[in-house]
Amino acid sequence: MNLWTLVLTTIAGCYLLKLAGYLVPARVLDHPGVRRVVELVPVALLAALVVVEGIANGRHYDVNGPRLAGFAVGAFAVWRRAPFLAVVVSAALVAALLRQV
Amino acid sequence: MTAREPSPQRAARASVVRNALGVGVAVGAYGFAFGAASVAAGLSVLQSCLLSLFAFTGGTQFAVVSVVASGGTLAAALGSGLLLASRNTLYAMRLAPLLRVRGVRRLVAALGTIDESTAMAVTQRDPALARVAFWWTFAGVFTFWNLSTLLGAAGASAFGDPSRYGLDAVIPAAFLALLASRLRDGRLERRVALAGAAIAAVLVPFTPPGVPVLAATAAVLLATTMRVPR
Repeated sequence: MNLWTLVLTTIAGCYLLKLAGYLVPARVLDHPGVRRVVELVPVALLAALVVVEGIANGRHYDVNGPRLAGFAVGAFAVWRRAPFLAVVVSAALVAALLRQV
Repeated sequence: MTAREPSPQRAARASVVRNALGVGVAVGAYGFAFGAASVAAGLSVLQSCLLSLFAFTGGTQFAVVSVVASGGTLAAALGSGLLLASRNTLYAMRLAPLLRVRGVRRLVAALGTIDESTAMAVTQRDPALARVAFWWTFAGVFTFWNLSTLLGAAGASAFGDPSRYGLDAVIPAAFLALLASRLRDGRLERRVALAGAAIAAVLVPFTPPGVPVLAATAAVLLATTMRVPR
């Protein structure tokens, strides 16, 4: 894939989606049904990304001990409402240390 | 603003500005992770920085480079990225009557329409404070997000193999952190998340990379058509 095409279309798409909200009259998209779908789509996508990043590599399942241990510690930090920096550092540290042993 | 402002107003304003900058600093940590993940996925430092400068919406940027890293197609990467970005349209519609911007200011405000600036603006009681919250949060997040993207991307390209530093564990944890506040919103959100995760997990061996993530959006249709009570 051409990464420049991807970068430029992502930029254009993201910006136009934002701008559209200022240009269209509010009633066009402001149905409760539409709003609910738009608010829920990120929930489904993010959950899927957690899974894919956690256990997949391309079309294969890839269960990697240090990665899952790091993720588990990061997830615990998220659950305890730790600041994002703590989530990142704890996940990275655990995975990196386990790879040293 | 002016010296004639009553001091409670000035105090409220100062507190809004402080919170806005605090949000910016917190988001900065996320920028490091994005910069590193982006370079690890194969994007250049310049491409990573351009995404942060002009796409300027973290979840989408992360999703796009995640699909690239897994070997997905351009369409799959763009599809999941733009679906994630579509919530910014709703944010803009909520902000438009508050900000009442025209011309160039509207073009700039559009760029700054993200989770954090919207959340900070719509929770103010007073429209003037809402505008202060929007612009300062935008400024704070924009500054730190872009600085940290540059540092993360340049660092990753200098230090090599990011899995040695546990980046592969950071990425799913980062997505979970983005998801967490929504999971606390209610039962419907948790059902959608579980269904989305299950759909993606099952599809991994059967579809090209990137498709499991896109297909997970079917969870929303399932959950909303079944009319699950909140």
